[in-house]
Amino acid sequence: MIWMTWRQFRPAAISAGAALIALATAVAATRPTLLSLYTSAGLPACHTACATDAQKFLSSVQFNYTEYIRFACIGIMYLVPAIIGLFWGAPLIARELDSGTFRLAWSQSVTRARWATVKLGLIGAAAILTAGLMSLLVGWWSSPLYQAANQAGPNILSISRLSGTLFSTTGIVPLGYAAFAFALGAAVGLLLRRTLPAMAVTVAVFVAIQVLVPMLVRPHLIPPVQTTQAPSTAQIGGVDAIGQGVFVSVLGINGQRGAWILGNRVVDAAGQTLTTLPGACVHFLQNGNSSGFLSCLTRDGIKFAVSYQPASRYWELQSAETGMYLVLAAGLGGLCYWAVRRRQRAA
Amino acid sequence: MTTSAVTACGLGKRYGRHWALSDCTLSIPAGHVVGLVGPNGAGKTTLIGLMTGMLGPTTGSIEVLGGPAPNSPEQLARIGYVAQGTPTYAGLSVADHLRFGAHTNPGWDNALAAWRIQDLGLDPRKKAGKLSGGQRAQLALTLGIAKRPELLILDEPIASLDPLARHEFLQSLMAATGEHELSIIMSSHLLGDLEHVCDYLVVLVGSRVLLDGPVAELLASHHLLTGRRRDAASLPAGVQVINQSHTDQESTFLVRSTAPVIDAALAASPVDVEQLVLAYMGGAARTSPALEVQR
Repeated sequence: MIWMTWRQFRPAAISAGAALIALATAVAATRPTLLSLYTSAGLPACHTACATDAQKFLSSVQFNYTEYIRFACIGIMYLVPAIIGLFWGAPLIARELDSGTFRLAWSQSVTRARWATVKLGLIGAAAILTAGLMSLLVGWWSSPLYQAANQAGPNILSISRLSGTLFSTTGIVPLGYAAFAFALGAAVGLLLRRTLPAMAVTVAVFVAIQVLVPMLVRPHLIPPVQTTQAPSTAQIGGVDAIGQGVFVSVLGINGQRGAWILGNRVVDAAGQTLTTLPGACVHFLQNGNSSGFLSCLTRDGIKFAVSYQPASRYWELQSAETGMYLVLAAGLGGLCYWAVRRRQRAA
Repeated sequence: MTTSAVTACGLGKRYGRHWALSDCTLSIPAGHVVGLVGPNGAGKTTLIGLMTGMLGPTTGSIEVLGGPAPNSPEQLARIGYVAQGTPTYAGLSVADHLRFGAHTNPGWDNALAAWRIQDLGLDPRKKAGKLSGGQRAQLALTLGIAKRPELLILDEPIASLDPLARHEFLQSLMAATGEHELSIIMSSHLLGDLEHVCDYLVVLVGSRVLLDGPVAELLASHHLLTGRRRDAASLPAGVQVINQSHTDQESTFLVRSTAPVIDAALAASPVDVEQLVLAYMGGAARTSPALEVQR
């Protein structure tokens, strides 16, 4: 069964190998450029208070071709699990059911339980390995950027490993996504019994999950930290107090560089959420006097209540999310195993 | 060597509200070439699905070669299965299929498989998807035979083949049966093809088994009676009328009777397989044109 699984998977394995070689070549060829920008900004010689140099480096990347490589790397890390679900997962069982070859496969001297175990296990492992190698390559290429971003805090490229966009393209989370996408494809294929519909549904469901998990699930994998910031210490990106309500966008918290800000409210001295700001303070804002605005807020005892995930929780959050996907993948894989075995009891 | 190929007791399979097979009780001895005949939708594929373990029964039980329907490597190795449409992997070569068989069957007879492929004139490098229907069926048959099963089950293996390929397929099948002690169960809605190769018949109509037994016994116990027009009720006792037809002058009865029918007013003649099966299909054959007699 192992030979047959390999034989059927061989074209896919060759494609994956070629993609890995192409990616490795691309990152190896372009990383020196990134490093030279890093050196030009003076970062290798900097040991304390490197924020300015780091900002300089990130600004120089913004107008360099390496910025496109950075985008491509992010895109690849989003695409790889989707492609695995689409081309490895969905057809795995659906194609056998679709073409009737399951009857050929299941009438050899190999039980269906073993057939399912070998197929799901080996190709699932290949999916995890592929995503893992890609994450390593992309992580290696991007390491100067993440290091600089960590020194710079909020930056022009909005690089932060904890951010909603970048988190799932770094570290070990791509492995979890790949395993989950593969198992999802296999399960959908088993359910729909047709290859093309299974591929379509797999992609639709997986993309929805890629979008929804960072928004709805990830912030709560570990309960966020709640803190109250004085207006002077918070790093404010913008305030909108004109018209209905009041919106303050807090970009960062002093002493919490790289934190993932989940939400913020404006509260008064008693801790009650404010929906309007005192007219006197808004007046400063309307005149473009931001320091006057901030001291006005401070005088009135107004603070920002911020909930966030500190940067130090990066690996904790990575482990939690990867674990979640691996559990889901194992559940879906188990479902496939059970259903393939059970086909002898029901149609 | 077990003496029973397939034993079924009260076997039934239901899909939702529809019974694809009901109350099937059968005992097919080993060592036969069994024809499982019936119109399309009669339940042949369901019965074969139950024999091969592809399906599980809703009611009753089934034994194959004295054991359960195949679910273990040992039992799977004893039973070969060539499924309807003779599925093969379109993207894999003929040689890959043989390697697949070799890797997944402990009893794989590589010499036999290689000889068959050579004898058929198949290019081992050719992808299965590029083979003709007849060649694909032969490849599927090769996989079924080379695992050296004790029982080979074929579901409509020749339905989609042209007459020449059909002839060649049945010829290879019969050659294999002769060389290896192999029991065969083969379904078909093409009666003419089975007539020449089967020595045991199971007739399935409307999800029920209407007739089963060795062909010779079935032919000996059925008679075609022709005489002046008369009513079925006036036939001698102990005679079971299977089918009757009447013209203005004449009546024809196909009857089952273990003893010879003695009636001066009737001319008795032997039946052939085709007449016998068509008689059992009776109304079913007339309302459904699915059963074709082809030669």
